[in-house]
Amino acid sequence: MAKLPAPQMLIASRPDFPDQRWLDVKPEFTPGTFCYPAKKDTMEILHMPNPHEWDPAADDWGLPENWEKILCDAFADRLEKHRSLKLFMDICVRCGACADKCHFFLGTNDPKNMPVLRAELLRSLYRRDHTMLGKLLGRKAGARKWDKNVVKELFYYAYQCTECRRCSLFCPYGIDTAEITMIVRELLHEVGLGIHWIMDPVKNCSFTGNHLGIQPHSFVEIVEMLADDCETITGIRPKTPFNKKNAEILFITPSGDVFADPGIYTFMGYLMLFHELDLDYTLSTYASEGGNFGSFTTFNMAKKLNAKMYAEAERLNVKWLLGGECGHMWRVLNQYMDTYNGPTPANMIPPVSPVTGTVFHNAASTKMVHIAEFTADLIYHNKLKLDPGRNDHIITTFHDSCNPSRGMGLLDEPRYVLKAVCNNFIEMPENTIREQTFCCGAGSGLNTEEIMELRMRAGMPRGNALRYVQQKFGVNHMACICAIDRATLPPLANYWAPGVTVSGLHELVANALVMKGETKRTMDLRQEDLPGADGDEPADAPAARGEGE
Amino acid sequence: MYNAKAVVAGIIIFVVLCTSPFWAGRTGQDYKKTGIVPPGDEKNCVENVTFMRAQHMRLLNEWRDEALRKENRTYIAADGKKWIISLQNTCLKCHSNYKDFCQKCHVANSVDPYCWTCHIIPGENK
Amino acid sequence: MFSSLLLVLLIGAVAWAGAAAGFASLFGAALPYAATVIFIVGMIRRMTYWATSPVPFCIPTTAGQEQSLAFIRQAKIDCPSSSAGVFARMFLEVACFRSLFRNTRASVRGRDSATAGLSIVYYSSKWLWFFALVFHYCFLLVFIRHFRFFMEPAPSCISFLESLDGIMQTGSPRFFWTGALLLIALLFLLGRRIFNERLRYISLLNDYFPLWLLIGIAGTGVCLRYFDKTDIATVKIFIMGVTHFAPVSPEGIAPLFFVHITLVCALLLYLPFSKLAHMAGVFFSPTRNLRADSRRTRRINPWNPPKQYFTYAEYEDAYRDAMAEAGLPLEKQPDKSAG
Repeated sequence: MAKLPAPQMLIASRPDFPDQRWLDVKPEFTPGTFCYPAKKDTMEILHMPNPHEWDPAADDWGLPENWEKILCDAFADRLEKHRSLKLFMDICVRCGACADKCHFFLGTNDPKNMPVLRAELLRSLYRRDHTMLGKLLGRKAGARKWDKNVVKELFYYAYQCTECRRCSLFCPYGIDTAEITMIVRELLHEVGLGIHWIMDPVKNCSFTGNHLGIQPHSFVEIVEMLADDCETITGIRPKTPFNKKNAEILFITPSGDVFADPGIYTFMGYLMLFHELDLDYTLSTYASEGGNFGSFTTFNMAKKLNAKMYAEAERLNVKWLLGGECGHMWRVLNQYMDTYNGPTPANMIPPVSPVTGTVFHNAASTKMVHIAEFTADLIYHNKLKLDPGRNDHIITTFHDSCNPSRGMGLLDEPRYVLKAVCNNFIEMPENTIREQTFCCGAGSGLNTEEIMELRMRAGMPRGNALRYVQQKFGVNHMACICAIDRATLPPLANYWAPGVTVSGLHELVANALVMKGETKRTMDLRQEDLPGADGDEPADAPAARGEGE
Repeated sequence: MYNAKAVVAGIIIFVVLCTSPFWAGRTGQDYKKTGIVPPGDEKNCVENVTFMRAQHMRLLNEWRDEALRKENRTYIAADGKKWIISLQNTCLKCHSNYKDFCQKCHVANSVDPYCWTCHIIPGENK
Repeated sequence: MFSSLLLVLLIGAVAWAGAAAGFASLFGAALPYAATVIFIVGMIRRMTYWATSPVPFCIPTTAGQEQSLAFIRQAKIDCPSSSAGVFARMFLEVACFRSLFRNTRASVRGRDSATAGLSIVYYSSKWLWFFALVFHYCFLLVFIRHFRFFMEPAPSCISFLESLDGIMQTGSPRFFWTGALLLIALLFLLGRRIFNERLRYISLLNDYFPLWLLIGIAGTGVCLRYFDKTDIATVKIFIMGVTHFAPVSPEGIAPLFFVHITLVCALLLYLPFSKLAHMAGVFFSPTRNLRADSRRTRRINPWNPPKQYFTYAEYEDAYRDAMAEAGLPLEKQPDKSAG
């Protein structure tokens, strides 16, 4: 990875708009601007069409002989399958309201990162083949024909969009660039173009059950280790039920939480919470992945990876599913799963919290509940003994992940939980939270190292908002409910707002959770000393609670 | 077709609205002539008929400006004839039938000049 | 930009010359018939074209709190879980341009002492919303006002509308606000395409042409009312003839009127084949017109492919020994002899 320029330099080095018309500008594939291509054998084993070795930096991408026909046909096919695509191709008026809503545009000032122009890349091709004006007037009406440079351009910009849907919020017609990006990526996969960082997890998830390719025995081993850590901290070793038949609940979370710091602390939080509740639940090594990188590939791949959840729910004869903190996982679960792989197996029932008796009517059909909904309900019914003072050394803010906010509407549940477990909660500025939240800059499978500078650019709006509350209110922590965020926000915070730590919501819950029979806590889940735990009062406990809400 | 019910309903509403200029006219009468009764045997007004039909309001505005702002009471028409600028004594002398002249076109075309808030409508009792 | 202006001027010039040369009926009657038919058929085809593709997934953009726990307040309009909520959302979208109302302008500042040289400031930016709204409503009102030429007698509601429109009682004929505001809004929309760098970069012929066309329509309309007048009684007789499918002679009507009509026809002809189809398209938008209840009600995808995935049985076959060793429960015990 090349060394990153200083933040000021990063902003100052954003180039002006090119003089040429956008139809004439070609992307330059310099290192750091593109993700590494998927490997041929990965694509083969997944039965993806036209697998081949290729290099984005090379002139020739080794497209199949009849690549143009493949793409034209695939495009026509997607138009028949998705009304959204037809509509979004037809009705954009180029009012430009979306332009500065995109974090990639703000960070790069590349005009083709304006959502309108990103869509226009595809729209120009649509015009030629599917509209009268385009057929008649050609380039004058913004129509162009397929050529290999156009394919490269589509690839370049389809992987500079994190499908965060922020533009669709502001669009007067609701044009959703995520929808367009998804379909462009799907088209590119038709001619064998994909990226390693997405396809490798897809392969792993497909054959071992999770993105990281952790095999069942190792998965168990890691979770046991995390349970051991819980014991070190609390004196209580939480249960770790695996593949247990007839449990009431099957719990699924992104595998990143089992594997990567700081996600593991969130995972420990889950274990401790479930243990304290004496929840009749199970984990599964087969359906051990909540995330779904297939959703960054094709609709069918998303369906394929997602199918395991209901299959495992049926095999284990569980009543309902509980889902951990994750962004795109919840986009899939909330808006796609039931359609993909429903109806649910007969053994499942509409979810009921065994602790509070609350029926989750809003999940009556998918029968899958978000952990933030579950925990908020517990707290509301006073079922958890919490000592938020243990989180007094942090002043936290909350990062809404794109998918739960704009693809689900999960906004207040995590805040409700967060306020119950932390005394110091500060919101970031209103144009950067809730439904207007900014992406971490590396969602939708772009959280790869080779494009770190691009990620930092795209993360600029988020980083800036974080820096603002850091400097104004002394915020030193950012909670989030997304496994990709937990992987991508630490470097982002490190770059834009050094000194801010990142954690999942349930790490903070578990820090505050007073467990029955626990030993006195002297350290938090990260095994760092708790200030004031040795009996002293915390020296300067910040008292800025609830400002900026 | 998917969501056929909603789409067809939408199309029907669309067609009904877009053809409204065609069917709305059929709710009332047809309008084939103005029905105005020109006064006397004169072939021309101050200016020729075509000009007067289109531009009479402009002429009236001009006359108003000439008479009241410039104190000029003489108007020379295109054919060289001199006219005294006066609504009461020139225009309304001939056009004394408000109902069958002025109002005919004004009502049909929803023209509501506020001349008559000050000026006396010709033919009305004083 | 200039080519589209020239195109509009050309259309106008052809209509003027044609009308002056005695082909007024062609531009005043034949063209409107053709344009209306093509417009209506074109729009129906556009709508059925959209409708022949399904909306396979439930993909509303949730712009507020979902419906979940009883103590969490749902944003019933921005994240509607009921049809009434969707109706309200769509109504606000179509009638008030709610999404555009959210518009902000992000300004990236290189130097700012408060944040040590870095900041992005988000300003509320409602000009686009305001002028877009002004344009659309004025256009609608102007269209409605024209019904005085379509109906005999002119309905009283039109007179009422006119009295409101001309409420300032400026000039005679009375000055109508809608006409002027329409032009001002159009000039704003055109101006931002010309003077805003981003807009200029994304704008195409297809963007300038309808703007010039609308400016042409509004401009000729304003001219016909205040400047180059024509005898509207004759115009109404002519229009009523056209709408009753019995066109009469266009004798005595100024050529400018036919320019006005021709530009309107050009708009009708252009509309179904262009971005202006958004007038119908906005109702179809799946990110706005769907209920956010995807976990409560299952949506059916008509082309849902068959399930194909790595099954548990295959998985256990692949990892049975390791799983047994880790003490995981198995469906089938490992074959001892093979191990």
